[in-house]
Amino acid sequence: MIDFSILIDNWDTYLEGFKNTIFASLIGLVGSFVIGVIVAVMRIAPIKPLNWIGTVYVEFIRNIPLLIIAFFFYVGLPAIGVTLPGFVAGTIALSIYTASFIAEAIRAGIQSVPKGQMEAARSSGLTYLQAMRLIILPQAIKIVIPPIGNQFINLVKNSSILGMIAGLDLMYFGDIVSSHTFVTFDVYIFVALFYLVLTIPLSLGVGYLEKRLARSH
Amino acid sequence: MDIAGALSADHLKFLADGFMVTLYIAFISIVLSFIVGILLGTLRYAKIPVVSKIVAVIIETIRNTPLLLIIFFTFFALPEVGIKLSVTVAAILALTVFESAMLAEIVRGGLNSIDKGQIEAARSSGLTYIQTLWHIVMPQALRRMIPPIVSQFISLLKDTSLCVIIALPEFMHNAQIIYAQNVNYIFPIFFVVALMYFIVNYCLSLIARRLESKQA
Amino acid sequence: MFKSKSSKLALILFLAMSMLLAACGKGEKASTGGSSKNALEQIKDKGKIVIGVKYDTRLFGLKNPTSGEVEGFDIDISKELAKAILGDEKKVEFKEVTSKTRIPMLNNGDIDAIVATMTISEERKKEVDFSDVYFMAGQSLLVKKGSPIKGLKDLKKGTKVLAVKGSTSAINIREKAPEATVLEYENYTEAFTALKSGQGDALTTDDAILYGMVDQDPKYQLVGGTFTEEPYGIAVKKGNKELVDAINDALKKMKESGKYDEIKNKWIKTN
Repeated sequence: MIDFSILIDNWDTYLEGFKNTIFASLIGLVGSFVIGVIVAVMRIAPIKPLNWIGTVYVEFIRNIPLLIIAFFFYVGLPAIGVTLPGFVAGTIALSIYTASFIAEAIRAGIQSVPKGQMEAARSSGLTYLQAMRLIILPQAIKIVIPPIGNQFINLVKNSSILGMIAGLDLMYFGDIVSSHTFVTFDVYIFVALFYLVLTIPLSLGVGYLEKRLARSH
Repeated sequence: MDIAGALSADHLKFLADGFMVTLYIAFISIVLSFIVGILLGTLRYAKIPVVSKIVAVIIETIRNTPLLLIIFFTFFALPEVGIKLSVTVAAILALTVFESAMLAEIVRGGLNSIDKGQIEAARSSGLTYIQTLWHIVMPQALRRMIPPIVSQFISLLKDTSLCVIIALPEFMHNAQIIYAQNVNYIFPIFFVVALMYFIVNYCLSLIARRLESKQA
Repeated sequence: MFKSKSSKLALILFLAMSMLLAACGKGEKASTGGSSKNALEQIKDKGKIVIGVKYDTRLFGLKNPTSGEVEGFDIDISKELAKAILGDEKKVEFKEVTSKTRIPMLNNGDIDAIVATMTISEERKKEVDFSDVYFMAGQSLLVKKGSPIKGLKDLKKGTKVLAVKGSTSAINIREKAPEATVLEYENYTEAFTALKSGQGDALTTDDAILYGMVDQDPKYQLVGGTFTEEPYGIAVKKGNKELVDAINDALKKMKESGKYDEIKNKWIKTN
């Protein structure tokens, strides 16, 4: 049988990690969404230099491993005098990385709204930003919700990267418990369960939204 | 910063060795997970009583677990139940298990996108269900799946870097050994590692886009 | 519907599966042991001994990215072992281990022995067999020169001490300095890089390993002397008495011939 005493004896440790994983995910969720929206707008705005910056951001960030970004913020930045704790460095890296995927999803969503609508809105006197905010974005949101939801599930899973830079998350504390108790199998099973407690409801939610939005089209 | 010191010929060769390991591990895992992914995805799609349900449960469980944990588990926990794997095999197994589950969903999505009317037509013209799947549905679905599959392969290539935790001598691992010597190496080494990943993955994504536009 | 139902099922089945797996795992664990053949003869048949060593520990086992060779005290000891057992110091193959991976790798059959700054401890004796002590180290602290930390007593609340996962020092430091915050890393490379990046106030592990870090970067120094005894042993799979005897025999001869001191003086500067 699986040894539940591992879970009970180290409950506080697990919980501390679980809490920090939730925090990192929530902050990452907000952070990546905000950056993602900004980058998406840059990519489609009618200003060439902004397009370039947006494109470079998306293409570069999503083609390199998250681990490099996390190490960069943790041990790279101190070289120029900025020292961030593992949790902060990891959460920033998560936000920046996930944002590149969210930006792509948003761009695809916005571009799926017929161009004529933007032109019509502009000719009726709205500024570009107003047209974007009032006409285009509300429509695009529906299309982009499922892919963004999937990115958030990825974000929760990817938050385990914090374990490699002493980010005090679930992965980190699971590792500590296992190296102090000399038990691996049971310890990791419990770590997995904690992650599934977060990701399975998210998957269910995204699946549900996907179905509903698909029907409404 | 010490660019010349960080990027000496010996260091670059050492990095290249690591990069070859990354490519090698990624390639084998890609081939294996492609096969397993198609198998699992089809099984889930086919709605066979019990079997499809079990496959669905396995896929969902793996997809919702962090890869880092799967790598840990494969190398550190499996020995406790008598399954002992070398670092290389553990790395390939963990990547294959995770990516197969991701690919299985792409495959299922691709199969679902094929008009059900075609299946009925094929069946009524005398083909068996398996024949219909194999000759009619799969070839069309595969064509539609290619872009997401290539994206998944890009992910796999990036994910290989996580195997640094079991001391697989891949790209990131060798990079760490170099920059551990001297803090002034950190920036140049990070830059080179990121650039290499970018070049390979960007080329792959261009291929994916090309295939996508061909279909449209 | 299908998706949501199956996801729910996933959770339940996962729980059931994990328990089942864990259950058979425990059964199997109890039944192992005793079945392995004579490891010494196997090594002689193979004509080479595969030894797990550190690749990131200067003075003991360090992969030199310039030469591509691994070098250090543990490496030279391993070569001498190959010479004693197989008659040729070249008949040794090195594989990288970390504090975390070494016991799994030994039990997986990836390596025949561990010569990797490994402290003999009661906990570990349950999992592996150890040779006689081949090096005596002690846990100490590494800080940047000019740091206010002079010893264990300065590790107060809020002080960040860096250690490596799976090492005895990570466990010891929690007892010796319960107030301090301990941060653990995958290996010494990451831990030392983190110290240099200002992610911690001190790094703790065996003095011998810390000397290697000072050797690499003289801006750092050891403080407070040693506060534990860390006898290093060579580990082999459990139940391989012949191999342990052969290793002990080789160690003894190395000490008698003066070869041991020669190797030690080559790498470890007397303090």
